[in-house]
Amino acid sequence: RRVHGAHFRRGDFNKMSSVFEKVVAAPPIEVFALTERFVKDTDANKVNLGVGAYRTEEGKPWVLPVVRKVEKDLAADESLNKEYIPVCGLASFCEAATRLLLGANDKGVSDGRVSSVQALGGTGAVYLALQFLRIHLGKSNLYVSRPTWGNHKSIGKLAQYTSINEYRYWDAAKRCVDMAGMLEDLKAAPCGSVILLHAVAHNPTGMDLSAEQWDKVIAVLKERNHFPVMDIAYQGFASGDLERDALAVRKVYQSGFEMFICQSFSKNFGLYNERVGNLVMVTNSAEVTARLKTQMTMLVRTTWSNPPSQGCRIVSRVLNDTQLFDQWRGNVKTMAERIQLMRKLLFDELKTLATPGTWNHIIEQIGMFCYTGLSPTQCKSLIDDDHIYLLMEGRINMCGINRNNVKYVAKAMDRVVRNVK
Amino acid sequence: AEYMGSMKVLPFAVSRFAAPMSFWSHVEMAPLDPIVGLNELFSKDSNPKKTNLGVGAYRDENGKPWVLPSVKKAEKRVMDANYDKEYVGIVGDLQFTKLSAQLALTSESPALTQGRTTTVQTISGTGALRVAGNFLAKFHNKPLWMPAPTWGNHTPIFAHAGLQLKSYRYYDAKTIGLDIEGMLDAISKIPEGDTILFHPSAHNPTGVDPSQSQWDQIEKVVAQRKLLPLFDMAYQGFASGDLDRDAYAVRHFIKQGHQCILTQSYAKNMGLYGLRVGAMSVVCDSGEEAKKVESQVKIVIRPMYSSPPIYGVRIAKTILGDKDGLYKEWVDDVKTMSGRIIKMRHEMVDQLAKEGSTHNWDHIKKQIGMFCFTGLKEEQVMKLRTDYSIYMTSNGRISVAGLNEKNLSYVASAIHNVSK
Repeated sequence: RRVHGAHFRRGDFNKMSSVFEKVVAAPPIEVFALTERFVKDTDANKVNLGVGAYRTEEGKPWVLPVVRKVEKDLAADESLNKEYIPVCGLASFCEAATRLLLGANDKGVSDGRVSSVQALGGTGAVYLALQFLRIHLGKSNLYVSRPTWGNHKSIGKLAQYTSINEYRYWDAAKRCVDMAGMLEDLKAAPCGSVILLHAVAHNPTGMDLSAEQWDKVIAVLKERNHFPVMDIAYQGFASGDLERDALAVRKVYQSGFEMFICQSFSKNFGLYNERVGNLVMVTNSAEVTARLKTQMTMLVRTTWSNPPSQGCRIVSRVLNDTQLFDQWRGNVKTMAERIQLMRKLLFDELKTLATPGTWNHIIEQIGMFCYTGLSPTQCKSLIDDDHIYLLMEGRINMCGINRNNVKYVAKAMDRVVRNVK
Repeated sequence: AEYMGSMKVLPFAVSRFAAPMSFWSHVEMAPLDPIVGLNELFSKDSNPKKTNLGVGAYRDENGKPWVLPSVKKAEKRVMDANYDKEYVGIVGDLQFTKLSAQLALTSESPALTQGRTTTVQTISGTGALRVAGNFLAKFHNKPLWMPAPTWGNHTPIFAHAGLQLKSYRYYDAKTIGLDIEGMLDAISKIPEGDTILFHPSAHNPTGVDPSQSQWDQIEKVVAQRKLLPLFDMAYQGFASGDLDRDAYAVRHFIKQGHQCILTQSYAKNMGLYGLRVGAMSVVCDSGEEAKKVESQVKIVIRPMYSSPPIYGVRIAKTILGDKDGLYKEWVDDVKTMSGRIIKMRHEMVDQLAKEGSTHNWDHIKKQIGMFCFTGLKEEQVMKLRTDYSIYMTSNGRISVAGLNEKNLSYVASAIHNVSK
């Protein structure tokens, strides 16, 4: 670039060779590209059923009233400053988050077998978990559900798993869980594989396992000595009931596994952009857990040094105060109930239109997302022709639906089912 | 990578207790972080005169953390705005990234006016370095050369990112200063095309910075070797009190035509430590290339933590964007911090002379930024700890921010006693 002794300026060169010449454009990440397109769309009827964030009946983002209140309290609190919080996170947050997950009087927690590390959202927790398992247990086989959240495989890739596979989950024909297929695939997986499980409100299908189905999965996990990693991003948000949504995690946990559980507070606290998550580590002994935590500390130190202090302070205040906790529970119920109502309204509309096919899955599925069962071409038509934005796999965010647009969405779905392959 | 340390997976060992066999039996206890260990010892110490010169965070004249007045005002504006909490997007807040790049490079920089720089919001400086490291490992997997010594966390960050690490001569223990000849010589021998890390101001841990004319010399050799410069700028403004002066090296290199990678932290200069405010910029050849690079940086970020936290960045951009108001107040706040630190440096040298020390302590005045390499040996550091309850890292590094009018004479006297 620079001839020795001469002084060149940038504009003097025609075509300089660049260090980054070989960098090719990466494919856009679908869910973000979708939102970008939606934002640019000028059509009056446009509906965004893409990104997974809660929307009110008016189609607006919602800052939970309890969050807004606590945030103002924190800003006015002169005893607080902006110093670093510990590498493993704010202890009061970690402890409260773990109690919320496993129950207030859990023995594993009081024994010290269970500990946790604050993470940057659910993503950060899953990334730490998978990285840790690869580095310290030499894990290289990762199994995710088919389908699963789009980012799960990418996290596995970043964590350098050499073998990322799928276990069957969604039965497209019957529009329910393919239990036989799931068990078969988990049995066939090499012993000691890392199995990524959705604790509740499966993303993208919204289809969860029943208690009996979980028992069967647990039996296979034990038989094959697999390492379970459970991803819980919707506790409370799914059914409106915090305890109910934690049942699957607690069932697996109480079966005696050594395991990781990845919590996100993005949805149930509406704290999407504050990146609040918690990685819960369960081992067979307090001494082992203590050692694990020191190693996890080193992993955190090389990734983000220490986690952001704002979001965890909000969650900690709420979870540790009876009144605020009750307020929060109410806010969570508000969100869950609106979603359940939208499911019912959409289902009713499709029934009214006598849209061909079965649509019970819309009301049977749970949480933010619904796997409609629509094909990619049908989805493309919804986007191009109706300005209804959804993922090509047919996933819609129920939060994007409200009384104003449910008829429009139902009619559009009806149209593509009848006229588009 | 050379750094494996406690990351090695040891042979499986069966627990000797009756408890069920654990997957994890072989996992070793990781070494305690030296700074954390220091803080723990400090908090257990009951000596009323105990002094913590370990931690790298600014302290005011009363030894207390300081929330900048401009930050408090900005925070109030953010609160009053009642912003939502929606996901901010993988590369973060675009107003912030634009303002951050301008702060580092100036808004007139051709790298910015020509639209060929991509800037992403990161989890403070560490997050920026890690993302840069992962990106380099994928698209420019050459050895990364770091100054000897460098910040303790650089090695593990880049090793985890997958880079091979090497070091170039930098600090001269004999002169307690910069080994400029050694540095230029070392750089002239680096294989073409490798990546080289620089601290543009307030070198951590030594506080020893090249002068502007020395940076000019360094740039020439880097150009000859066609190296890719990576600048870790964690102290812009905090070092000299002058935001432009502290960015000289970065701006000079870019002016000379280098494609640089720049990481920025607002932990110290805005006191936003725990809010994790930072940015990473890649100066490219063209706008088109910058877009491609950005798309690939997103692929690193998304699986790591999806998107960055917003609160601190809202505060930062409120300041950076209010050129006639809060920005000016912030510049004053930065001068307050750097001014107090520079004052402590000078007073420490004076005090040591008053104590009767015959050593040359001028390096304390010459060094810059938060940290000072005192030149004290490990045994002397230990003695300071055990006999005087004065805590610093074993390499003799002190955080000047931990000094104030109340403890200065005590510390000077102690240092004199262990070194006379």
